Amino acid sequence: MSLNTPMDDETLLEVRNLEKHFQVDEGIISSLLRSVTGAEADYVHAVDGVSFDLKRGETLGLAGESGCGKTTTGMSLVKLHEPTDGSIRFRGRDLTEADDDELAQFRQNAQMIFQDPFESLNPRMTVYDTIAEPLRIHDVRNETARVRRALEFAELQPPDQYFNQYPHELSGGQRQRVAIARALVLDPDFIVADEPVSMLDVSLRAGVLSLMERMTEEFDLSVVYISHDLSLLRHMCDRLAIMYMGKIVEKGPTEDVIENPQHPYTRSLINAVPVPDPGIGRERVELGGEVGDAIDVPSGCRFHGRCSEYIGDICETEEPPLEGKADFEGRQEVACHLYEPADDVVEARVGETTDTGDDSAASADD
Amino acid sequence: MTVLDVSDLEVYYETEAGPAKAVDGISFSIEEGENLGIVGESGCGKTTLAKAIIGILPDEGYVNNGSIEFNDTDLTELPDAQRRRYKWEEISMIAQSAMNALDPVYTIREQIVEAVETHRPGTGRTEANEIVAEMFDLVGLDAARADDYPHQFSGGMRQRAMIAMALALKPSLVLADEPTTALDVIMQDQILKRIGRIQTEINSSMMVITHDVSVVAETCDRVIVMYAGKIAEEGPVEEIFGRPYHPYTIGLKRAFPNIRKSDQDLLSIAGYPPELVDPPSGCRFAERCPLATDECREFEPPAHHNNGLRSYCHRADEIDDGFRDRADTAETWADTDAARAIDALAEGGD
Repeated sequence: MSLNTPMDDETLLEVRNLEKHFQVDEGIISSLLRSVTGAEADYVHAVDGVSFDLKRGETLGLAGESGCGKTTTGMSLVKLHEPTDGSIRFRGRDLTEADDDELAQFRQNAQMIFQDPFESLNPRMTVYDTIAEPLRIHDVRNETARVRRALEFAELQPPDQYFNQYPHELSGGQRQRVAIARALVLDPDFIVADEPVSMLDVSLRAGVLSLMERMTEEFDLSVVYISHDLSLLRHMCDRLAIMYMGKIVEKGPTEDVIENPQHPYTRSLINAVPVPDPGIGRERVELGGEVGDAIDVPSGCRFHGRCSEYIGDICETEEPPLEGKADFEGRQEVACHLYEPADDVVEARVGETTDTGDDSAASADD
Repeated sequence: MTVLDVSDLEVYYETEAGPAKAVDGISFSIEEGENLGIVGESGCGKTTLAKAIIGILPDEGYVNNGSIEFNDTDLTELPDAQRRRYKWEEISMIAQSAMNALDPVYTIREQIVEAVETHRPGTGRTEANEIVAEMFDLVGLDAARADDYPHQFSGGMRQRAMIAMALALKPSLVLADEPTTALDVIMQDQILKRIGRIQTEINSSMMVITHDVSVVAETCDRVIVMYAGKIAEEGPVEEIFGRPYHPYTIGLKRAFPNIRKSDQDLLSIAGYPPELVDPPSGCRFAERCPLATDECREFEPPAHHNNGLRSYCHRADEIDDGFRDRADTAETWADTDAARAIDALAEGGD
């Protein structure tokens, strides 16, 4: 990995060229045929080269349509998936090289909150056991006190009243609060929250979201929020990364990305968000079709088939790198041929060709 | 012309504790070609209302009182056999989860053709297939895919197929229950646009049931905000979102993040809706309302009329005196019976 990446204490997580491919399930006959013919198996390129940094206390939103790879990225970040390629460095330590002790330590520090609190909690475990389980796994003391504190923080009060309850006795909002308490009980530094409120009723969402805001602030947490709901991400995140077919197409400070989107896909995505105000007419450019299957990924820019700004062959032949651009004011990086690379990107690239040839360093830092 | 006229409708569910009043005395009407939105949180009775109108209440549910007049025929008076004729033919429903609503062992074509043949006996196969092609075109699906099974479709395609089926008989009223909730934003946008276009083409009226105020803001002419089985507020969409007079509407609107606004605080309304077996005597929102007085807790609120709105709130006339501004702060919403009860519980635990 590039050594010129700044290694100060600030950067908690460095993700470089993360890839996660899944082999397509096939029947026994085609599998046998393949072994005879020697044909290659099909792979779904769920995540296909994602790079970003996450600083301490920072919140990053991963957005995109269903099937863009945002959830797979999130699960790889907390080691629920083993990445196919690329690296994840946590506090400077590459997790692919980490030994068992280091991994255990990482798992204590990195937690995930899932979308559906009806499915993510074990229905046969009490609230107390659900929250105490991570403590037992990691052999942490003061179990009862810690469970009580986690419940209090999640605004499930008085905590003792919830100890012996089962998930089915709780409302959706309370369940998600239990999931949050469980994620926080080990005092993690890093949390991945996958659509944390999409299964909850409207009136409960605001409450759970403000709890998560408070959690980020008080524990100085770094959080990756995964959602297709850009209104929510705008509200919760410092920075945004827009994903399309396993790649980040635009990345930068939330205000720049939302107020001044540059990638044609980001624009369509923002335009598709309904506004709770009938007075505001929004520009409605329909984005047709769906994300194609990620088995035979399109050549060049993966968005070219649906893009309204298609400018010619280059879109189909050359994959646009995610980089700073010279044509607009915003501080975001964009992967699109519409724009010229920024001066420093060009300089870095010239430096690289003579240097190491590592292309990730130039585009990775914000 | 009025397509649907519901008056004093009460729909109850039989429970062990007694009847739960899921819909409790609701009156409204839908005009030809009009889109009416019904919003509210889970359990407010919005889906029950739709099921009562189309006539698919579960066994333990029944219409206790009131009437549902569809083109001047009271549906609640009709025997089942006659009532069935209205289903799909005149009133159809787009369900939330298309995966559950479509039969997995039949192709989409077979399912649409079956619906057409059941309701219009004598329809030839060619004619039925023409309807399938026309509907697929309308919802933006490739007609060649009509012979696929539901599992071969993506979520968005299934939802379109569901819409194609609901519209195949060109009903005069379509009930759409959370039509896009299970989809992502891009697909939601495509489908909402599609629904609007189709509606103008076949001139049907629609009732959109959703918890998402943004969807209603973009698709409906008029909105009913429901709370605990009753109408809290009803009126033109611009007024409901622009200058609502019910504190619940004001709170509900502020609970949603808006992509067009930066740095807004989300407000949550503390507490839960009351249980419906033995609801409180006064205003059902009183416990969670920052404006609640003893009058609110005791007496049911009458309708107040402002700018075309019908607002069931004792204090609707005072909303203009500064409440709108105060409603933007979290302190206001911490000053309710429900919020105080939660605080007291927390202190008791320490």
